[in-house]
Amino acid sequence: MISALTANAGAKTAIARRRKGPGVLPGFGLSMGLTVVYLSLLVLLPLVILPLKSASLGWDGFWRVVTTPQALYAYQLTFGTALVAALINLVFGLVVAWVLVRYQFPGKKILDAMVDLPFALPTAVAGIALTALYVKTGWLGGPLNDWFDWQVAFTPIGIVVAMVFIGIPFVVRTVQPVLEDVEREIEEAAASLGADRWNTVRRVLLPTIVPALLTGFALAFARAIGEYGSVVFIAGNRPMVTEIAPLLIMSKLEQFDYVGAAAIATVMLSISFVLLLFINLLQGWQLRRGRRFA
Amino acid sequence: MLYRKKIWAALATVAATFALGISASAQAQQTLLNVSYDPTRELYREVDAAFAKQYQEKTGVAVTLRQSHGGSGKQARSVIDGLDADVVTLALAYDIDAIADKGLLPRDWQTRLPHNSSPYTSTIVFLVRKGNPKQIHDWNDLIKDGIEVITPNPKTSGGARWNYLAAWAYALQQNGGDQNKAKAYIRALFQHVPVLDTGARGATTTFVERDVGDVLLAWENEAFLAQQELGPDKFDIVVPSLSILAEPPVAIVDKNVDRKGTRDVAQAYLAFLYTPAAQEIIAQSFYRPTDERVAEKYRQQFPDVKLVTIDDPIFGGWQKAQATHFSDGGVFDQIYLPGGK
Repeated sequence: MISALTANAGAKTAIARRRKGPGVLPGFGLSMGLTVVYLSLLVLLPLVILPLKSASLGWDGFWRVVTTPQALYAYQLTFGTALVAALINLVFGLVVAWVLVRYQFPGKKILDAMVDLPFALPTAVAGIALTALYVKTGWLGGPLNDWFDWQVAFTPIGIVVAMVFIGIPFVVRTVQPVLEDVEREIEEAAASLGADRWNTVRRVLLPTIVPALLTGFALAFARAIGEYGSVVFIAGNRPMVTEIAPLLIMSKLEQFDYVGAAAIATVMLSISFVLLLFINLLQGWQLRRGRRFA
Repeated sequence: MLYRKKIWAALATVAATFALGISASAQAQQTLLNVSYDPTRELYREVDAAFAKQYQEKTGVAVTLRQSHGGSGKQARSVIDGLDADVVTLALAYDIDAIADKGLLPRDWQTRLPHNSSPYTSTIVFLVRKGNPKQIHDWNDLIKDGIEVITPNPKTSGGARWNYLAAWAYALQQNGGDQNKAKAYIRALFQHVPVLDTGARGATTTFVERDVGDVLLAWENEAFLAQQELGPDKFDIVVPSLSILAEPPVAIVDKNVDRKGTRDVAQAYLAFLYTPAAQEIIAQSFYRPTDERVAEKYRQQFPDVKLVTIDDPIFGGWQKAQATHFSDGGVFDQIYLPGGK
C-alpha cells in the first residue's frame, strides 16, 4: 500500500517535471534537430552561397555594382510597389475574409475556392492574362485609357496590379481562421456593456486579428518582392521606369554576370530580411500587448 | 475490388511496354539535343524531321532530336550551367563565345564550318500594321512624334542586339560617323519603346497579339512568319535603307558530344544544314540560305538591302561591340540615365 502510494507520487512529480519542459509529448531533440537540418539545407545553404559568390567582387566592386542608378531605382520600385500591393491586400483581404466568415450567401463555396487560384496558377499565365486585360486594347485597359487617360500595363501601376493578384490569398487565408474563432458573444457583450460599433471593432475585434493580419501582410509583401513571372509581362521592363530588381538579376545572369547577379540578390535579401524581421517583432509585440489586455 | 485489380493490371502492362520499348530501342537509337534561340522553332521542326529521315536511310540509326528554345543569352547560360546540349544554334557568335570561354568547345569554333559557321543568315526589317498608317519607311521615321517602337531588351535578347546595332550603323552613317549624334539617335529611339520584352518571340507577341506599338523591329524570318501565320492583310514588311547581316552560328559542344558519344551524329546534323535539301527548308522558313544555288532560286523572296556586318570597323566584332554597347555602364545603360551622355 505504501509502496503503491510513493510510486504514485513519483509519477506525479514526473508529470510535473515534464510540464515544465517543452511539453507532454516527447521528441523535442528529434524535431529540433530535423528543423535545423531542414532549414539549413533548404534555406540557409542556398542563401549563404549568394554573399559568398558576390564576395569575389571585393567591397569596392560590390558597392559599385549594387549602387548603379539602375539598381537603386530597381530597389525603390520593387519595394515600393510591393508595399503598396501588400497594403491593398491588407485592406481588401480583411474584407474578403470577413465576408467569407460572417455571411451566408449562395455561391460562397465557389468564392472561397477562387481565393486560392492565384496560388495554383503559374505566374506567367497570370502575367499574360493581366497584360491582355490591361493593355490599351484590352477589356479593362481600353476603357481606363479612354475615360480616365490611365495606363496600367507597362507602368508601375501594372506592377502593383500583378503583385496584388498574387498576394490575395495570403491575407485572406491567415485572417480567416482567426476570425472564425472570434466568438460573437464577446462582441455582443461589448455592445451590451455600452461600447459603440466603432469601439467594438477597435477594442474587441481588431486586437484579436491584428497578429494574423500582420502575418498575412508580411507574407503578401515578401511574395511581391520576389515576384518575377507575372510582373515581367505587365511591367514593360524599361530601365529607370519599370525595371524591377528581380529582372535586373535575370538580365545580369543572361549576360553571364553571375557575380553581379549575386551581388544584387544579396542586397535584396538583406533588405527583405530586415523588413520581415521588423514585421515579426511588431507582431510579437502585438501578441504580448493583446495578452496583457486579456 | 475487381475494378481496382483491373487498373493495376493495366498499369503494369503499360509500364512493361515502356520498359521493353526503351530497352529495345536503346541499341539503334541516338538522341541529340539542339539548344537554339527563340524564333527557330518552326525552322528546326522541319529540319529535324528531314535529317532524322535521311540519317536513318543512310546509316540505319534512328535519331531522336530534342529542341530547346529561348532567349539566346539564356540558352547559352543553360549550356554553361550544365544543360547537355550536343549542338548549339544561337542568335549570335558572342553567346557561343561565352560557352567556349568555359572550355566546353575550342575558342576557334567559328572557323570549323563554312560561312563563319552560319548555314543561314538573316537581317533586321520593320513589321508595320497593314497599309503602313504611320508612314514608316526608314530608321529616322522611328523617332517621330507619336510612333511606338517594339523591340526586346538588347541585354537579354540576341535579336535585339542585331536591331540595336543596325540602328547604330544607320545613325553613324547619317551623321558622318559622329558617335555622340549616333548616341542621341539611339536614346531618342528607345524613348519610343514602351515595352522591352526579354526575347524576340515575346516582342512579336506584344506587337502582334497585344496590339501594342506601330512598328516591330524584327528578324526578317520572324516578320515573314508573322505575316504568313496571321495573314498578309494585317501586316506589311518595310525594308530600311540600311540593315545588318545577322549571322546566327551553329557549333558542336565538344565536351558534351565526347561524353555522350554523339560526335558523329552531331557532326552529320550540322553538315546537313549546309546541304541543298536543308537549304531549301531554310529558305522556305524565310532564312536567307548561304548555298548560292538555293539563294539564286529564292532571290525573289528576299529584298535587296544594303547590309553592314558585325566585323565592320564601326563595330569591330562581337567582343568589342558587346563591351561598348551592352555591358554594364555601356551605351545602352547610359541612354537610360537622366541627362546621361
